[in-house]
Amino acid sequence: MRARAAAVPPDFVGEYPAPTSTNRGTVITVSADPRIEPASTQPALIRNFCIIAHIDHGKSTLADRMLQLTGVVEPRQMKAQYLDRMDIERERGITIKSQAVRMPWSVDGAPHALNMIDTPGHVDFTYEVSRSLAACEGAILLVDAAQGIEAQTLANLYLAMENDLTIIPVLNKIDLPSADPDRYAAELAQLIGCEVEDVLRVSGKTGAGVPELLDRVVRDIPAPVGDADAPTRAMIFDSVYDTYRGVVTYVRVVDGSLKPREKIAMMSTLATHDLLEIGVISPEPVPTKGLGVGEVGYLITGVKDVRQSKVGDTVTLAGRRAEQSLGGYRDPKPMVYSGLFPLDGSDFPILRDALDKLQLNDASLVYEPESSVALGFGFRCGYLGLLHLEIVRDRLEREFGLDLISTAPNVVYEVQMEDGKVHTVTNPSEFPGGKIHEVREPVVKASILVPSEFIGTVMELCQERRGVMGTMNYLSETRVEMHYTLPLAEVVFDFFDQLKSRTRGYGSLDYEPAGDQVADLVKVDILLQGEQVDAFSAVVHKDKAYSYGLSMVGKLKDLIDRQQFEVPIQAAVGSRIIARETIRAIRKDVLAKCYGGDISRKRKLLEKQKAGKKRMKNIGSVEVPPEAFIAALSTSDDGSDKGKKK
Amino acid sequence: MNTAVGARDFGVYVHVPFCSVRCGYCDFNTYAPGEVEGATREGYVEAALREMDLARAAMPGDTRAARTVFFGGGTPTMLDSSALIALLDGIRGTWGLSADAEVTTEANPDSVTKESLHALARAGFTRVSLGMQSAVPHVLRTLDRTHNPANVARAVAAARDAGLKVSLDLIYGTPGESLSDWRASLEAVIALEPDHVSAYALVIEPGTRMGAQLRRGEVQPTDPDTQADMYELADTLLSEAGYSWYEVSNWAREPGDRCRHNMAYWRSQDWWGVGPGAHSYLGPHAHPDGEQVPARRWWNVKHPRAYAARLAEGGSPEAEGESLDPEDLRLEQVMLRLRLSEGIPAELIEGRAEAVSTLIADGLLDGAAALRGTLKLTRRGRLLADLAVRALAF
Repeated sequence: MRARAAAVPPDFVGEYPAPTSTNRGTVITVSADPRIEPASTQPALIRNFCIIAHIDHGKSTLADRMLQLTGVVEPRQMKAQYLDRMDIERERGITIKSQAVRMPWSVDGAPHALNMIDTPGHVDFTYEVSRSLAACEGAILLVDAAQGIEAQTLANLYLAMENDLTIIPVLNKIDLPSADPDRYAAELAQLIGCEVEDVLRVSGKTGAGVPELLDRVVRDIPAPVGDADAPTRAMIFDSVYDTYRGVVTYVRVVDGSLKPREKIAMMSTLATHDLLEIGVISPEPVPTKGLGVGEVGYLITGVKDVRQSKVGDTVTLAGRRAEQSLGGYRDPKPMVYSGLFPLDGSDFPILRDALDKLQLNDASLVYEPESSVALGFGFRCGYLGLLHLEIVRDRLEREFGLDLISTAPNVVYEVQMEDGKVHTVTNPSEFPGGKIHEVREPVVKASILVPSEFIGTVMELCQERRGVMGTMNYLSETRVEMHYTLPLAEVVFDFFDQLKSRTRGYGSLDYEPAGDQVADLVKVDILLQGEQVDAFSAVVHKDKAYSYGLSMVGKLKDLIDRQQFEVPIQAAVGSRIIARETIRAIRKDVLAKCYGGDISRKRKLLEKQKAGKKRMKNIGSVEVPPEAFIAALSTSDDGSDKGKKK
Repeated sequence: MNTAVGARDFGVYVHVPFCSVRCGYCDFNTYAPGEVEGATREGYVEAALREMDLARAAMPGDTRAARTVFFGGGTPTMLDSSALIALLDGIRGTWGLSADAEVTTEANPDSVTKESLHALARAGFTRVSLGMQSAVPHVLRTLDRTHNPANVARAVAAARDAGLKVSLDLIYGTPGESLSDWRASLEAVIALEPDHVSAYALVIEPGTRMGAQLRRGEVQPTDPDTQADMYELADTLLSEAGYSWYEVSNWAREPGDRCRHNMAYWRSQDWWGVGPGAHSYLGPHAHPDGEQVPARRWWNVKHPRAYAARLAEGGSPEAEGESLDPEDLRLEQVMLRLRLSEGIPAELIEGRAEAVSTLIADGLLDGAAALRGTLKLTRRGRLLADLAVRALAF
């Protein structure tokens, strides 16, 4: 046992100041105190909690501070936002994959083991959030004291309260000059039904209030309960692929225990695996003698594919199987589809391998080969949502060095023909022609949080997007929560960007699937020189077909360079042309002069053009820049601001 | 590609970086009085002669005399004819001049006299290229050209009288210039019966005064399609008047009237560029000690004062340079020679039969010539020469 003060050595001069309070609590390393040794810790000494927060509300900084205060990370090794591992996560300031860290913390002389389970903060990952919550008894509700609660946080808070989690409301960033803690403390108190004084005020940046928060975790959050003698049941709340170790599975033990070298079974598939290693994260993996009731840790079985170790599944022992799984497991269902094509067709095998590798780490990513007349060979990929799509594309480009074109995202349509046949359409170019009885599209229940001055703006936006209004609640005098039922297709098509820009950044959005509905939808095709470009086909509402066609042909006219010949661009519904533009033929493309000095310059220009030409996609004899395909992702006029890289 | 030195012609370019005023469209390395502090014309001549001494030492074993000399700028005739003659004498002393050497100077119609042109001709100059630009006053004003259009005829007559060949330079596509303005300029040129005509489309560069006017919306750029119309009009009128094109922007009465110095650039011949900011090129060759020297381009420091200072200290005025590998050279050859009416031998474009065939079908290349093994641009092809180069080169 050592004093917590030692966690901050006197020579520490980094950006993390010493804690403000030193007279409370002591730090114990993972195995320093036998009372909180993994595999033999009494459930009464365990606290499992997560942090519910919006992107940018400072969750990672607070987690860093906790790691530092509890002594599990030396300040000198402190990487900012220790828990967010991937570069992308660090850049985007969001957490994709949750992890669990075990931290020692003493209150009134009693050592406790705190398991902090990190949760993803975005709407695309609601299912992962729900599994992380299910592994906890309590949650810290962390809200930026300058911004107040956001829709996604509210959504996760509902989930947490549904799971009967004890909520500790916390306002972060109280050191900011723009912080308004009194106002937001009142808002939080009203939301969760507590006293304003119960809302803790902390600063992850300075460390103020964090020791008190850790104390509250121990005092307020119930200890886990479970039957140590019952057949083992542990819930998988995360599963990540590690190049060296294979799949690392994060579990929360509910009943019984897990020990190294046991044979375990997955209850959804009954597949069995040998338990090669079991341990806790503190904050690096530390092998242990096992995990007991209420404990949180990781398993390694040598499995190479996360689909064999699915989030939500129940782990039991092959030799003594539990009768009933823990429940709550479901297969992730893609909500949004989009085509991914390598810019350079010869990169197709690299893309295939890259997707295979990504899938090892992302069970929710689905894909199958697709061939496009315009874009060649690629994959039609299914994602949980738009952010998921962007993350996957980013990772493919960054980690595998691929240059990719992704086609406009679309949802899944059920098309019933008059002859009774039903087509499930995941690709607009496969939308059937002929006599259609009805088309069904997925809808979502959306919750939008805005300052009340933007109510009209949001109503206007939702109306444009075929939304049906539900209830409206005032969270405080100035903030409202609006409920809408919206077609998912309208939400994936830059709805969030529009909401943000029209509410000057204040609006926040959360949504969840809510079945489907019949809608009057048609397929709009785009033709270049009379040739249909499958990658530009889109399914849109009949009333919007004309404006969609008009805007697409206009954007393409601006994005495609003039060619040797006149290029007509048309938008068509079936055989009916609804919009047309023409790119005039280029007549002059020659440098008038070429001095001695211009020769080097001109040669370099030519080499640059060579690289540019390689990027072009040839559709018939028309060279189309990749930006044109991105244009379809946005409703904005220039079409170039969305979907571009970083 | 490693041609012996003797297989290529050698020429000298002399850059004279002085003008009486800087024109709004000009982005060349030139300086009007007041723009250039500490650089005198006398200092310039001295420095240029020093560079020639260095040049001789840098070309060991190379005995080629200059077959062409070109004084460009700037306005070379801002220098007294005695200074130009001193520089030509310097070239003679350094490399020698071949008996049939072509010696050209650019000139502003206002800055030459009958006397000065006679003096130049006596000293060995054979050709004068007059910057006429336009015959239309409002176009000349937009271009900041100060010369009196009547001076052009006087200068042409004086040059003729001195026995010099005459080229007239035109610019088309000036903001505000109509197709009929352009026709008027072409007709004026044809009436003066020069031996040679250059017509360059105006390119408004970002760093120039006109570039700034464009950015502020004070001038409207000429539509590229109108520039294409202007080019076609020039080619039609000049052809009818007996001039034939030999390079995208150049027309001559007889093959002997073509600017050989200019041709040397397009044919990747060797040249030494003397003066501030001047560029040089020496193709691949063997050093007298037997070592193979790769092709190289280099260029001098731009400012006349820095240029003179370097040479005064006995140093080289070279600012930067680059070596070219055989693939660079091949790309340059396609890019440069395709602009000439003589075209390029089809061997330069190996394995691109499909691209050639498409360009013939699209009317950019002359099909009959291609069947005989030479790739030549059609008129449509001349206007789309860069596109054709891209299709052929990669």
